[in-house]
Amino acid sequence: MSTVAFVVISILTLSAALAAATLHRLMHAALTFAVMFIGISAFFFLLGAEFVGLVQVFVYIGAVAVLIVFTILLTRHDQEKTSEFNWSGTVIALAVFVGLLWAIAKTKSLSVAPPPIESITVQRIGDILMTSFVWPLQCVGVLLTAALIGALVLVLEEKPQ
Amino acid sequence: MADLLDQIFIHAKQWLLSFAIGRAPDWIVQIASSLINIGALLGVFLTLFALISVLERKILGRMQNRYGPNRVGPFGLFQPVADGIKMLIKEDIVPTRADKIVHFLAPILIAAAAILSLGVIPYGRNMTPFVIDGGILFFFAVGSATELTVFMAGWGSNNKYSMLGAMRAIAQMISYELPLLITVLPVVMIVSSLNPDKIVALQGNYSFGFIPHWFVFTPWGATAFLLFFVSGLVESNRTPFDVPEGESEIVAGHMTEYSGFKYATFFLAEYLGMFAISGLGITLFLGGWHAPLQFLEFIPSYVWFFIKLSILLFVYIWLRGTLPRTRVDQIMNFAWKFMLPMAFTCVIAAAVWHYTGRGARGWLWSLAVIALVYFALSIFLDTKNKFAPRTYRFAE
Repeated sequence: MSTVAFVVISILTLSAALAAATLHRLMHAALTFAVMFIGISAFFFLLGAEFVGLVQVFVYIGAVAVLIVFTILLTRHDQEKTSEFNWSGTVIALAVFVGLLWAIAKTKSLSVAPPPIESITVQRIGDILMTSFVWPLQCVGVLLTAALIGALVLVLEEKPQ
Repeated sequence: MADLLDQIFIHAKQWLLSFAIGRAPDWIVQIASSLINIGALLGVFLTLFALISVLERKILGRMQNRYGPNRVGPFGLFQPVADGIKMLIKEDIVPTRADKIVHFLAPILIAAAAILSLGVIPYGRNMTPFVIDGGILFFFAVGSATELTVFMAGWGSNNKYSMLGAMRAIAQMISYELPLLITVLPVVMIVSSLNPDKIVALQGNYSFGFIPHWFVFTPWGATAFLLFFVSGLVESNRTPFDVPEGESEIVAGHMTEYSGFKYATFFLAEYLGMFAISGLGITLFLGGWHAPLQFLEFIPSYVWFFIKLSILLFVYIWLRGTLPRTRVDQIMNFAWKFMLPMAFTCVIAAAVWHYTGRGARGWLWSLAVIALVYFALSIFLDTKNKFAPRTYRFAE
């Protein structure tokens, strides 16, 4: 059952990723990119990491994809221009892929039998964040607040002279 | 007897499933169970959509001193059937220069997101269609996909009004998602769970046998509920916050280039979104499916849920009949300068309520916190005598 699901989700994710890399119109690429994010969150659900899957949808579809779409809309004017096949990009992508494959094949955890998957509930993540990881959590909170205030300062309306 | 009535739909589902259990493999039973839930959900809410679309026009008509639809069937109740037939046989127009695929997918995805978010709400005792530990998170994760679909509609139509409408819709959705999420936080803090069933369960007791322990009866809960309701109005693009489809300025916003059944799908998605956000409000603040008085508990739980839902929907329609449309910059100012600070105050007030013992003392203290911030904000944001002569920066 889960193998079938894995294959289906893999095909969906990979084809969406391929489409995002090869489609000519940037907006289509951005939208297929969002489909790929959904595929990845489906993987998290399949592995029982419900919280990570939900956050994946929440952050990447709700925020990152919208941000990408807006960036394209506000900056590009040559939407119709078609780009030629990018050889250097392909070579770099292949090199990164081979490097990752080599690194993964070398890890010892591949030969170790995986422990039985116990689903990590949101409750447990909350408990851990509020007890053993409370300081990192606070630091991240301060960082994000600083980023928020910085963004507000950047867009503040200038006083008329 | 009361118990049987309360659980009658659960029994019906078990009875339906009993044909499959033992004869078919487990995964077929599982899929059948999900399909029954989905079917029930769609059946109930599509019927409710049909009903509310005619009731809305009737109520608006009453408020504006006219009849409203009254030709089709008794009291015009068959109006949705006529509307449906009309929408189905209308010509489906796709602009020549539109992006065909994106234009086609947008209404489907927007309705799918709305239906998905309906799935995690507990409609009655043991009646949550999709039980998931992080139900509240699921609701908002699915809801956040709506922005992208609205954008798809606006961009795919290749029309400036569509694009402007989509931009407006996304701008106000993103702005109001923040207060919406933060007003949910106090409830999650107090219950210490993201599970809608647990949130409802904690509101099930009564003080002295007649005051229900709904969160709306605490100062932080009442404030958070009001903020939540206003944010919900904005998220579902309802009047007075329907600038994305302001007819007088940008035709119909992102729905300009849609006709026939696709337009009806947008309409459906808007109403389903309204049901979902009201349902979540009921779950979080209004005690879910619990009865308002203890001796009324013999009435089945789902009846209470739908009574509360109808009241909230009536308030939506009432507001639409009463208030004029706000301006875009007013909506944004209101979100960032008032809603957001008040939402944070709710979180603090809930913490105060918790640490002063969740009783009468905590009630007064949290009221004090909220009143303090409210008055400080009202002094700070007061624009009296501070209106500068209007300058036009972009349209000269």
